[in-house]
Amino acid sequence: MRRDIFQAIADPTRRAIIALIALQAMTPNALAEHFDTSRQAISKHLRILTECELVTQEQKGREIYYSLEIEKMKEIDKWLEQYRKIWETRYSQLDDLLATIKKQKEEK
Amino acid sequence: MQMDFIVDKETKTVTITKEFAAELSLVWDAYTKPELLDQWWAPKPFTSRTKAMDFEVGGRRFYAMVSPDGSEGWAVQKYTSITPKTNFKFFNAFADKDENLQLPGSDWDLNFSEQDGKTKVSISIYNESLERMERGLAMGFQQGTEAQLQNLEDLLEKLTQG
Repeated sequence: MRRDIFQAIADPTRRAIIALIALQAMTPNALAEHFDTSRQAISKHLRILTECELVTQEQKGREIYYSLEIEKMKEIDKWLEQYRKIWETRYSQLDDLLATIKKQKEEK
Repeated sequence: MQMDFIVDKETKTVTITKEFAAELSLVWDAYTKPELLDQWWAPKPFTSRTKAMDFEVGGRRFYAMVSPDGSEGWAVQKYTSITPKTNFKFFNAFADKDENLQLPGSDWDLNFSEQDGKTKVSISIYNESLERMERGLAMGFQQGTEAQLQNLEDLLEKLTQG
């Protein structure tokens, strides 16, 4: 199943996980302590985040540490930036249109 | 004039606020009359073409965003609430050319107010999924940009050959 970054941030628990591992790499156990959900549930969220390529795993001894892929997070901002630009273009066109109509009215 | 664009990822809401140097009735018309809407709604180089529109509760605007190469991206805006010259709401969804909706869509809430001859418009767009927001508009926009780049490449090629 194809996953993308927007699925990753669609869930509040996953957003909270992202916020935690943005500060430092963490193990699933350490993460689970921050939530009322089961360790299994956290693992499932981590799996989805991994599939979205938003987190990377690193084995240290017997533990697996999860950390955030900051670059991937920037994709969201990049996309939102495009959306903002659409509105800027759209609204500068409306500014022009309103000015034209006002002028036409004054000339009448 | 300055535009504010605020994204709240947690509530999946985008809010766009803009002030226009025109009286409210004129701005209201620009948002609610198809012949005016089509003149500004599509970001260049796209054009907007409204096929059908009845601005009333239960009515809808069925329109296409047409790319420079002529391909059409259809969308429907179903009006759910209208308070003249103050507010209107619609449900927006992408569609095919036969007006079959592609769900889920987004809920739009548009507020209009006037002060000192200027009109402020604040639009809130709630998306069930941010991914959905990504599609359609942005995709079409990207295709447009790619088409432009292709044109530029062709032109550069011609120039270097000449």
